[in-house]
Amino acid sequence: MSEQPLASTDADDAVLRTENLRAYYQMSYFGIEREVRAVDSITMQVRKNEIYGLAGESSCGKTSFIKTIAAAIQPPLNVVGGSVRYSFLDRDIYALTPDERDAIRWRHLSYIMQGSMSVLNPVRRVQRTFEDFAFRHMNLPRGAFLEAVKAHLSRLRLPADVLRAYPHELSGGMRQRVCIALATVCRPEFIIADEPTTALDVVVQKDVLTMIRETQREFGSSMIFVTHDLTVHANVADRLGIMYAGRLVEEGPTAEIFANPMHPYTAHLVASLPRIGEANTRHALPGAPPNLADPPAGCRFHPRCPLAMDICRREVPVLTTLAPDHRVACFAASPEVRPSVGPDRNAAEAVEEERL
Amino acid sequence: MTGGSLLEVDHLTKSYARGGVFGRQSFDAVRDVSFSLPAERPEVFAIIGESGSGKTTLARMILNMITPTAGSIRFRGGELTALRSRSDRLAFMKQVQPIFQNPFEAFNPLKRVDRYLLISARNFLGAKSRTERERAADGALNKVGLSLAEIRRRFPHELSGGQLQRVAIARALISEPSLLVADEPVSMVDASLRMSIVNLFRTLRDDLGVSIIYITHDLATAYYISDRIIIMRKGEVVESGPARSVLDKPKHPYSQLLKDSLLSPDPSGKGVLTGTSPAVRQVRAGTHGSEPETQALRLNERSPHEAER
Repeated sequence: MSEQPLASTDADDAVLRTENLRAYYQMSYFGIEREVRAVDSITMQVRKNEIYGLAGESSCGKTSFIKTIAAAIQPPLNVVGGSVRYSFLDRDIYALTPDERDAIRWRHLSYIMQGSMSVLNPVRRVQRTFEDFAFRHMNLPRGAFLEAVKAHLSRLRLPADVLRAYPHELSGGMRQRVCIALATVCRPEFIIADEPTTALDVVVQKDVLTMIRETQREFGSSMIFVTHDLTVHANVADRLGIMYAGRLVEEGPTAEIFANPMHPYTAHLVASLPRIGEANTRHALPGAPPNLADPPAGCRFHPRCPLAMDICRREVPVLTTLAPDHRVACFAASPEVRPSVGPDRNAAEAVEEERL
Repeated sequence: MTGGSLLEVDHLTKSYARGGVFGRQSFDAVRDVSFSLPAERPEVFAIIGESGSGKTTLARMILNMITPTAGSIRFRGGELTALRSRSDRLAFMKQVQPIFQNPFEAFNPLKRVDRYLLISARNFLGAKSRTERERAADGALNKVGLSLAEIRRRFPHELSGGQLQRVAIARALISEPSLLVADEPVSMVDASLRMSIVNLFRTLRDDLGVSIIYITHDLATAYYISDRIIIMRKGEVVESGPARSVLDKPKHPYSQLLKDSLLSPDPSGKGVLTGTSPAVRQVRAGTHGSEPETQALRLNERSPHEAER
């Protein structure tokens, strides 16, 4: 790749900024109200030109979170409070009209999805899918558009004949590569990748990850990369956020998270990774992830936590910066971590009032 | 071998026909595979390969779900194709039990999970009364670290993937089998819960003396639990031997490719994923055409379904 600008380390240089973002599934059946707190008070930033890895087990709210930042939510999932701001927008994404939102999608904000077979229309050739997704955003005459798409494919080292193929004629890895080309053809500032390699084989997975990484570096896009597999994060992410039960529990540079995890959940995840060349016993975490409709009080990890203290059962720890660029929400990690009762809750409400 | 073998797989081949009346071709999903598991010492035997390498076809033949085209499988000396009567088949099923890849698909989402355990207890153990069945179910659940009280009247969606996979293993354990065939048992389970399943296999082998055929494409967990492995590619065994020595120093270029493709959990920062090792290039040059372009567009070389697990 010709130009490989390094990820920005400047905290002010954020492409995406969420503040106290809360999105709940609110259901009301037969008069019984149920609230599933899938995204709870998440404050984070994705900087320019970086891959932000988001890790967590199934049903911890990862997918709800990325749907919320893409403003692609439908009831019963509702945004309850907080803000989502992009550097390429002058307003909160939820303040845009539906037309304005459509106009930024794909041009500025695109999405690489998990099931490539369901993204590409099975009865249309790949070229038609490119036209459906990108034609109106590229603002080019049809001939020039096709040339641009071909140039883009060759830059990603894909043969131009994929455009003539139907999705079923391509292998799974190839289809996923086509999806990456589709998501980057407009050179968006921000890309969301939701488990892009989970359905792939080991051999193909590495190729696809390499392609994602190179593409992101070449175009200088920012990316939020979601997967539960920490080994994938170790290889692609610049910074890593660990989610547990709807909350961000730890965040920091990838190498730092692996070398020096401060939250017991992260420490467990890192320690349990099997490696070739090591066969000593790895311990699994006891218990099951909590039910988000009725999460445990206090720190949501405390029923499974080996370090749980009294305060963990009562109070919610705030994500606190304990080392440069490294935020942790755990009372056991440091006495500096404070419970979130008074000030934090007020801050959340203030943000909400501002929105209304 | 003293005491005979538990399972003997002898020059096994399975061919499928492809194409219509014209241009009919046959293609070998499994070609000339042989191995055996000893009866006196339980072990975890791993079968490794990428999608489309014939792992699952092999497993289905061992489970007597499909018949081989050539070669034979003997379980405790008895030929599988000779199992004709219902009682023979039942006796075989009691001894050899499957565990499937995706626990959410293995269980009917509209039926309660304890039902499967109780039915297995009735069919395999002939448990007549409800208390007898429940005792058998509870016993099997205890072996996997659960209890009947925890899962009674629960539907599959109420359990996590790891819990549900453990229920699937408990169901397989009800008949007290001597061999479990686990086809990608952890690939659909979250990375954080994966180790609990893998550790469970270890316990089953060490404490209950159950042999396990562990089919996977994940070399790291295979290294962690298996005693012996075979590596398959396009239906053929390319390398076999003790797990540790094979994976520490793979000899066949395909095994090296698999090992190279494995991502290391050590964060090496930026630019790790660029460049390919000599082994990767060698394998590609030999099989997938010489250039990335031809390698990339492999129309019909592998069906898309194979490549997507």
